[in-house]
Amino acid sequence: MTQPDTTHRTTDVTHTTDTTGTTGTVDDSAMIRLEKLCKRYPGQAGAAVEELTLDIPAGQIVVFVGPSGCGKTTTMKLINRLIEPTSGRIHLGGQDVTEMPAHQLRRRIGYTIQQGGLFPHRTVADNIATVPRMLGWDKARVTRRADELLELVGLDPDIYGRRYPKQLSGGQQQRVGVARALGGDPQVMLMDEPFGAIDPLNREALQNEFLRIQAELRKTIVFVTHDIDEAVKMGDKIAIFGDGGKVLQYDTPERLLADPADSHVADFIGSGAAVRRLSLTRLEGLPVPDWSVVEQRADAQTRESALARAARAGHDYVLVLDGERRPTAWLTVGAAGRQDGADGAADGPSDARTQGPAPGEELPLITPMGPRHSLFDALDHMLSANASAVAVVDGDGRFRGVLDMDAVRSLMNTEARHSRDGSDALQEV
Amino acid sequence: MTFLEFLARNWTDVLDATVAHAVLVLQGLGLAVLIGVPVSVLTYRTGAPRAAVLGAAGLLLTIPSYALFGLLITPLGLGNGPSIVALTLYALLPVMRNAVVGLREVDPAVTESARAMGMGRLQMLATIELPLAWPVLLTGLRVATQLLLSIGAIAAAVNGPGLGNLILDGLATAGTPFAVYLTIEGAAGIVLLAVLFDLLFAAVNRLTTPRGLGT
Repeated sequence: MTQPDTTHRTTDVTHTTDTTGTTGTVDDSAMIRLEKLCKRYPGQAGAAVEELTLDIPAGQIVVFVGPSGCGKTTTMKLINRLIEPTSGRIHLGGQDVTEMPAHQLRRRIGYTIQQGGLFPHRTVADNIATVPRMLGWDKARVTRRADELLELVGLDPDIYGRRYPKQLSGGQQQRVGVARALGGDPQVMLMDEPFGAIDPLNREALQNEFLRIQAELRKTIVFVTHDIDEAVKMGDKIAIFGDGGKVLQYDTPERLLADPADSHVADFIGSGAAVRRLSLTRLEGLPVPDWSVVEQRADAQTRESALARAARAGHDYVLVLDGERRPTAWLTVGAAGRQDGADGAADGPSDARTQGPAPGEELPLITPMGPRHSLFDALDHMLSANASAVAVVDGDGRFRGVLDMDAVRSLMNTEARHSRDGSDALQEV
Repeated sequence: MTFLEFLARNWTDVLDATVAHAVLVLQGLGLAVLIGVPVSVLTYRTGAPRAAVLGAAGLLLTIPSYALFGLLITPLGLGNGPSIVALTLYALLPVMRNAVVGLREVDPAVTESARAMGMGRLQMLATIELPLAWPVLLTGLRVATQLLLSIGAIAAAVNGPGLGNLILDGLATAGTPFAVYLTIEGAAGIVLLAVLFDLLFAAVNRLTTPRGLGT
């Protein structure tokens, strides 16, 4: 990213005046940089947004979250200057855009809002074509773009392209809203509670789908919501707003949950922070404890010795692997080695019951946890299948280890410590 | 002589007066649109100016029509001039009020999106706001037309054109055998025109309402 001289100059200003030193270093990957941004309305005592300095990194989703009236939407609208700032600078991709003609700036920034805001008198395809047409694309390219975007958001262009907005469901309208915002292929998108008006079930589907699209497109996205769960789910980084457009904490979701900056942030996050963190911790990068295993084809004697080893290791079960080292079943250690037996829960070894299966009995294993699963999934699986442990596999389905309750607990504690140690990016505290 | 025999003798006069009446109404309506729509566009977002303009238009409508036509003789003389101007003034309220209501009823989320996509003020007005306000504006024109058709009869009092002349002749010759027939001809012509215009507006409404807006 090339940065014109003005940016360097203004960046320097930030550093000399920012005595707290918390705004972080010069980050060339910042797509949007807000600098001492201020919005005051005449006749109002406090500022709607006060001296806000924030870097939004390229290709990431940054969520603005906070109670209503905290200035998060105002801040978002300052970026495309739907609201003109009273003072301060806005940089986009290294360019100072505070003074550039607003309509030019806005055509480079996608925009979706909760109410959809689709043009009711235009077809879906025409809605999506709005910005491309303003940018002067030729007709064929505009049509191609509309079709492409409809497919991207999961709507068949041949069916939905010619429909009018009111002929669509709320969820479909919101998809079209996202497609329209992507129309001119902007690098930056602003989204104001885009899924706020959707029922919870469809909402989750839309969120997942949007994350899939974002993984592909890597846009720089500012996402406004008042829902901390949505923020944690969608955000690469989260800015928690307090009254008067102040950012109380600007951090990754993990760090935010593990180490809230102050009591306001902690209050806003509410209870259950630890459980939320579980769902943020993917198994992918975690060290998974090893476990007693035995080959499927092993003869009776090898099995016996494996069971004996497992008993010594304190394991209730031995994991059976096939020739490709993929887990296929649990083998009960049972009373022979341990006091507590096991019952016949099909999907993983279960906790002690009075009448367990005989030692050496095989229990089929249905769903091992892959790298994309989270600690939350693992725990959920244990609780819902009444199992005391789950097998963890790599992307190819091969054995990595086994997680039990104790392992999950100790992993969570280690993760929390990591997060606290790495918490260096507090802003505007 | 029956009414029909009477009509058979002077139907060309009735036809001429009907056409003149329609032209008079359309002239008044056209002027009201040319004045009222731009004024609405300029004031619909404001508070006090909008209230002032609509208030003034409402006041005009309360002036008794005989008085208004008469008052206009002083500056404009007799004939077409005062007739057209008076009708224009009467049409202003329905035209402007519906234009303002139509423009203000456009969903703010829609205009905000348009602005956020980089549309300028005029482009937004031409491609988003006016098309969306059109059905309401059209209803205003329809109401104004009905109003002007009946008030237009007074134009005859200032030597203006139209079916009012038949009615006025009838009144002037009250007591003579054909006075009632003349009055009936004038009134029936106006009713007929009203029905025709209403059908016309229904057709225009059907043809020009954007498809996505229909019910």
